[in-house]
Amino acid sequence: MTPTKVAPRDAGPHLQGPRQTIMITFKDVLRQLIRDLRSEKLRTFLTIFGIVWGTVAISLMLAFGTGLHKQLVKATAGLGDRIVIAWPGLTSIPFEGLGKGRRIRISEEDLEAARSQVQGMNAISGEYTKSLRIDYATKTLPVDVSGVNAEFGSMRNLVPAAGGRCIDPIDVTQQRRVVFLGDKLAKSVFGDAPAVGKTILVNQSPFLIVGVLQAKAQDSSYNGRDADMMWIPSSTFRALTGAKYVDNFVFQATVPGQTKRVLEELRTALGKRLRFDSKDKEALGTWNTTEQFDFFDVFMLSFNAFLGVVGLLTLIVGGIGVSNIMNVVVEERTREIGIKMALGAKQGWILSQFLLETMLVTLFGGAIGFAISIGVCAVFPEQLVEYVGKPVVSPVVATLTAIALGIVGLIAGYFPARDAAKLDPVVAMKV
Amino acid sequence: MANGNGNGNGNGAIIRMSGIRKVYDTGKIMVEALTGIDLEIEKGQMVAIVGPSGSGKSTLMNLLGCLDTPTSGDYALGGQNVSGVSRDQLAEIRNRRVGFIFQNFNLLPHISALENVEMPMLFGGVPVRERHQRAGELLARVGLGDRLDHKPTELSGGQMQRVAIARALAMNPDIVLADEPTGNLDSTAGSDIMSLFTELWQQGRTMIIITHDPALARRASRVVEIRDGRIVHDQVAAA
Repeated sequence: MTPTKVAPRDAGPHLQGPRQTIMITFKDVLRQLIRDLRSEKLRTFLTIFGIVWGTVAISLMLAFGTGLHKQLVKATAGLGDRIVIAWPGLTSIPFEGLGKGRRIRISEEDLEAARSQVQGMNAISGEYTKSLRIDYATKTLPVDVSGVNAEFGSMRNLVPAAGGRCIDPIDVTQQRRVVFLGDKLAKSVFGDAPAVGKTILVNQSPFLIVGVLQAKAQDSSYNGRDADMMWIPSSTFRALTGAKYVDNFVFQATVPGQTKRVLEELRTALGKRLRFDSKDKEALGTWNTTEQFDFFDVFMLSFNAFLGVVGLLTLIVGGIGVSNIMNVVVEERTREIGIKMALGAKQGWILSQFLLETMLVTLFGGAIGFAISIGVCAVFPEQLVEYVGKPVVSPVVATLTAIALGIVGLIAGYFPARDAAKLDPVVAMKV
Repeated sequence: MANGNGNGNGNGAIIRMSGIRKVYDTGKIMVEALTGIDLEIEKGQMVAIVGPSGSGKSTLMNLLGCLDTPTSGDYALGGQNVSGVSRDQLAEIRNRRVGFIFQNFNLLPHISALENVEMPMLFGGVPVRERHQRAGELLARVGLGDRLDHKPTELSGGQMQRVAIARALAMNPDIVLADEPTGNLDSTAGSDIMSLFTELWQQGRTMIIITHDPALARRASRVVEIRDGRIVHDQVAAA
């Protein structure tokens, strides 16, 4: 060994004050982490697998929950945008000297009167229905035809495909012979050729096609599916068929939350005018679809909570695994911790080192799990979307998962890190 | 801390211990490892602390190095009172004022020599660039300028102890505290390390060496002998 030349005493390093920030040590922690993980490959794999699985469980379950909710709402909205459907029937309760079993008939004027009497009614439209014969070129087929007002389309979510329109107010006032077609009906008559602008015969009268329904999800109906139907102005329908009374009507409250009140007021107003007991469910049958939306909201919230808890528990099990591995790591590195403390590492430094390591393991596993979830959502088969909806890893799902991961990582890391920071350097160095 | 890299006040004592007692409470019995130590060490001295095993040497070393606190008595290091301070404050004092050299080197095995030397500066908050440069200089100074990237496992015992010496000097401490520094070395490497100690002392470092080794003790300017937890002999060698 060569004799060593030692330079004269120096002034020492330039000190910046007692800062032991995490930033300085991040690189060291990362390197240490990789070293730890490498030395125990199987244990690392199993641990990270636990976190990955937990993350996949929590995020995918929430994603499916979100997708299902959206699909349910969409399919229900296929029937209408928070509407009430009502149909007159036979009275079942005697009213002011009139016996039961009386038929209630509702005319356009009755609906107009009701609208003016009831507060908070956004839109109302009678609907006349009949199966009529349709002729186009060589094709002849029976179709359920509805006569409706201009407000009907938006209430029932009848969205025209590009290039078309729905029944509008002028159609109704001028009693135009125009027709709006369901998408499947249009396809069966015209194939892939454009239908808008063509003329078809309805009950031997020529009608101009002004629009075709844009395909939509619909899980419930009352007169058949919208895709197979067609709509003409109510005024035209009455003239064409001689109908005087509506078969049913549809209305929408201005504020969805007040639908129930609006319905009650409507029953009272119509009962007074048409002489039936407002509590008579047979005289005027109603279907309040907003109740369905309320139900979905509650149902999906509890469903998501359930899925979330299941996912969270899985993640916690993974977190226990991480905590366990970190405990072993602390044990294995006791001597190193002792040396670092002897050299001046404060408790906070040791604590944050292990906490950071745990968080990194957790976040690493979480990132993989999250990527898997996104991948599953991306390759989700289209055929299933109609039934269970399209799973979406929404920002909400992402945030919830990240929060769960962060909490699990923090708790998993805290106890081993605290144990490490509590070590006595003298004892630890002797290990 | 008022004076992180200072060397105490002028020519005064850098270590001032009075009535230091250390009692270990094992639950069943109380063991009195130190029964009243009064010790003053001047700046620039090279002191060997000798004594048989079980005499309290290691306990004294832990107290001197602020790894542990005395049960009673006063200890001032570099003018700073060390009794009754918190764990984190002790860590800071160790970082700034004490350079440790251990019998078994206590280097971190997974990181390079350079990074080992940087370690105290990392805890001391020295900026990265300066840390790097200074660690390189120190390693060059102990003759390992060409071994910066070697891991401790790739170095010989003597080289490892040199890395430890460079690390001990990193924060320019008030005292260098060596615990059996040649205990794990063969005689050639041991005498190299001893020469390096002598050089450091000649440059004005305060060196405290706990040792069994009479050869190493002979090089010290002062020999303090401990037995049964108290100082039984304190002799300043003739120059």
